Amino acid sequence: MRYASSVTACFLAVIVLVALSGPGFAQSVTRDTAGLRGAAPLSENAAPPRIAQTEEIERQQARNYPEQPPVIPHKIDEYQLDKNANQCLSCHARSRVSESGATMVSITHFMDRDGQFLATVSPRRYFCNQCHVVQTRVPAPMGNTFVDIDSLLAVEAAN
Amino acid sequence: MSDSGFTRRQILKAQAAGAAASAAGIALPASAQNLVTDRTATGLKWSKAACRFCGTGCSVMVATKSGRVVATHGDAKSEVNRGLNCVKGYFLSKIMYGQDRLTQPLLRKRDGKYAKDGDFTPVSWDEAFDVMAEKFKKALKDKGPTAVGMFGSGQWTVWEGYAASKLYKAGFRSNNIDPNARHCMASAVGGFIRTFGMDEPMGCYDDFEHADAFVLWGSNMAEMHPILWTRLTDRRLSHPHVKVSVLSTFEHRSFELADIPAIFTPQSDLAILNYIANYIIQNDAVNKDFVSKHVNFRVGNTDIGYGLRPEHPLEQAAKNNDKAGGSTESTFEEFAKFVSDYTVEKAHEMSGVPIDTLEKIAQLYADPNIKVMSLWTMGVNQHTRGVWVNNLLYNIHLLTGKIAEPGNSPFSLTGQPSACGTAREVGTFAHRLPADLVVKNPEHRAIAEKIWKLPEGTIPGKPGYHAVLQNRMLKDGKLNAYWVQVNNNMQAGPNMMQEGLPGYRNPENFIVVSDAYPTVTAQAADLILPTAMWVEKEGAYGNAERRTQFWHELAPAPGESKSDLWQVMEFSKRFTVEDVWPQELIAKKPEYRGKTLFDVLFRNGQVDRFPLSETSDEYDNHESEDFGFYVQKGLFEEYASFGRGHAHDLADFDTYHKERGLRWPVVDGKETRWRYREGYDPYVEKGKEVQFYGKPDGKAWIFALPYEPPAESPDEEYPFWLSTGRVLEHWHSGSMTQRVPELYRSMPDALCYMHPDDARDKGLRRGDEIKVESRRGAIRTRVETKGRNKPPRGLVFVPWFDASELINKVTLDATDPISKQTDFKKCAVRIEKV
Repeated sequence: MRYASSVTACFLAVIVLVALSGPGFAQSVTRDTAGLRGAAPLSENAAPPRIAQTEEIERQQARNYPEQPPVIPHKIDEYQLDKNANQCLSCHARSRVSESGATMVSITHFMDRDGQFLATVSPRRYFCNQCHVVQTRVPAPMGNTFVDIDSLLAVEAAN
Repeated sequence: MSDSGFTRRQILKAQAAGAAASAAGIALPASAQNLVTDRTATGLKWSKAACRFCGTGCSVMVATKSGRVVATHGDAKSEVNRGLNCVKGYFLSKIMYGQDRLTQPLLRKRDGKYAKDGDFTPVSWDEAFDVMAEKFKKALKDKGPTAVGMFGSGQWTVWEGYAASKLYKAGFRSNNIDPNARHCMASAVGGFIRTFGMDEPMGCYDDFEHADAFVLWGSNMAEMHPILWTRLTDRRLSHPHVKVSVLSTFEHRSFELADIPAIFTPQSDLAILNYIANYIIQNDAVNKDFVSKHVNFRVGNTDIGYGLRPEHPLEQAAKNNDKAGGSTESTFEEFAKFVSDYTVEKAHEMSGVPIDTLEKIAQLYADPNIKVMSLWTMGVNQHTRGVWVNNLLYNIHLLTGKIAEPGNSPFSLTGQPSACGTAREVGTFAHRLPADLVVKNPEHRAIAEKIWKLPEGTIPGKPGYHAVLQNRMLKDGKLNAYWVQVNNNMQAGPNMMQEGLPGYRNPENFIVVSDAYPTVTAQAADLILPTAMWVEKEGAYGNAERRTQFWHELAPAPGESKSDLWQVMEFSKRFTVEDVWPQELIAKKPEYRGKTLFDVLFRNGQVDRFPLSETSDEYDNHESEDFGFYVQKGLFEEYASFGRGHAHDLADFDTYHKERGLRWPVVDGKETRWRYREGYDPYVEKGKEVQFYGKPDGKAWIFALPYEPPAESPDEEYPFWLSTGRVLEHWHSGSMTQRVPELYRSMPDALCYMHPDDARDKGLRRGDEIKVESRRGAIRTRVETKGRNKPPRGLVFVPWFDASELINKVTLDATDPISKQTDFKKCAVRIEKV
């Protein structure tokens, strides 16, 4: 345990902070083994939920950390994304954003495998939906106690 | 702060930008004054790790602060992914923080005592191990070593799999240990061993940048191996001459890049591959020099059954199910005659693929100027003739000599992060030992017994129960004390209602499940052990291109969670050799009298060879601190001694903590990219050009193997094919990814993908509730007629990630009789509106 005491102290501070911010957030000892299935016994089948609808929101969702690919805030049903055409770029390409108001694809997307910038978006980034996904209107059934760096810094600053 | 006009939310956002900018050393503009800029506050500790998910084996950089993972991104220094991740990889930061992480052992109890029908109650590790040891000792005493078993994983780290395998095969003297890689890779292994005498691909991912054509045989790489798909896409779109052919039983995302798409009738891949071999021969495209020097011909046994229970009529009818892997010598001429039956017309008739499409695919292989990479995963391996399909794929690469050189590469992809590194290389299968040794071979057992300092005759020679057989033996009450680690087999295994669940809930059995979360499998257990996961422990994984990668422990595990390694080693202290070995065996090593299995297996002068002082100063290592020596290093070095000098050479332990992985064999500090080819592989003798040294004469085997029908096909009562599989956003059973809100919300529920005309004929509309039912069980779900998967008429696809819609209640536990791998891609179902 090489830096255990400071880690534990800070971790406890985080727990205090997040505990205050809502009951669903704290990482507490739980006896709950219901998991993702809910109450249905393993041998039974609960009624399936309706097909989830894609959420369309005007503002972007904040990222959990700067490196996270932003989620897609709109429907992409029936978008053409194949070897012949990339419909995402019709709004998100550098040359199209002033017209569309969409976010320009990140400059990292112009880099080839060796980190050199190409004239256009790199083919290795061609299929946008390998990293960028839509969100449905369904709330996640299970909370997540991930604490982002800002909250951690705030805790440290408060100490 | 309110004076500045900023809201709290805006300030927090500005701080996030500040942390990133500061870490990158960027000067900040004056308008961002309210940023935290003090480097002591904003500095993040970045460490490398292997991704927790698929067999691609991307390297990721993990940022920690105050014992928490706060960010992850693709490792720019990694050859595998060069800075990229897929959506799952980008959310690795959150997989350890699902709100229902298990933090203490839970035992089913009633009235303060263990009871099979009791409720899960928190207990101490001591109480958990007391009850567990009592149950294991009773099973060993009553019925012997075959009554205890373990189901492990291709997600075990290398040393976890090694320690577990040693505990079972050497300690308990039971070969009833098998990994979930049995569901995933066993047919690939069977194919390699049969054709080449040695497991794992000859090529590597560098082939992606060299090939002129890619052919996908039952693989949806776009969703299942996204980062390899970026390499393939990069090659295809950067170099317009490159062609991509995608073969599958239904249309999926990989078809978006296909120049030559082909939807074939389930099981007819056998006919298509034999047709291609025939085309190559008919069109004089055989590389005669290569074939004469490097290939032998064989005729494989046929009518080999379907791996069902022996009383099943299909097994009763099969002639060769007891010698499924057998074969006899043959010649090129006999092979040519055999495949001449598989004309393009016959292949077309059987597969439904248009004749010109079949010819285009065959031409990719036949043209000597086109370098071809064949890629496959579960469509080929999860197949009652999976080993055969692997063999037939190698046939066409061997006939043309398109193998073991840059860009010419038959490449079996893997689904789990260490299916190769742990399940296969460590040999955690019921029939294997490390470095391709097998329990059946007395010389191999002797090698293992010598390295492990065991008395002669310790390791049993009979292969143990494989995955599907374990569930059958649990149900039949022959396997009574059972431990599951790092996998979710109640959700993942076939035929849950007739085999899996009755086996776990059989009152004669005691089931232990080690997991980080209360999975479906944990819910079916009697004892749940809370488990440290991923970077909460020092680890090593081996990916699909033979690359071994290490990481350090980067964050403490919550509550009382302990790693699988700690659990296995600590549990071994509960047994003396007298508890588990007969007197005549102990008599051969009297110095072991009175010792515990921990002493014999782990404090053996080898595993405990490296002191704590050799662990990193920068990182914690909880297991080593608990046991008093550098356990990971000791286990790894003992394990590596199996393969060094035998073409499975691994580098020394410390090297892997510095490198972004190395591809074995690592000889004189150099990794090997292409095996069996002179100039690349140090094990090929001078002047041989190519040497398949897994076979005694250095020659690979081409097999004559026919089309045989699947175990179950649609009929009037059950008119649809069912194929199961994965989706991009969720890895396997979703136990980690379904707990990441962004991934959950992207793909929350399983659906039944079906052809709109089939839906219309059944009076169904998109979104209607249906029952998907087979002869074995049923689930309730909803119809999807749009979206990423487009099945042909007569086939439906249901993914298996959803714990609420367990499609393996419906699937059939038919396996490849050679590999014992289940066919999750073919069974017959009916669809009813609810």
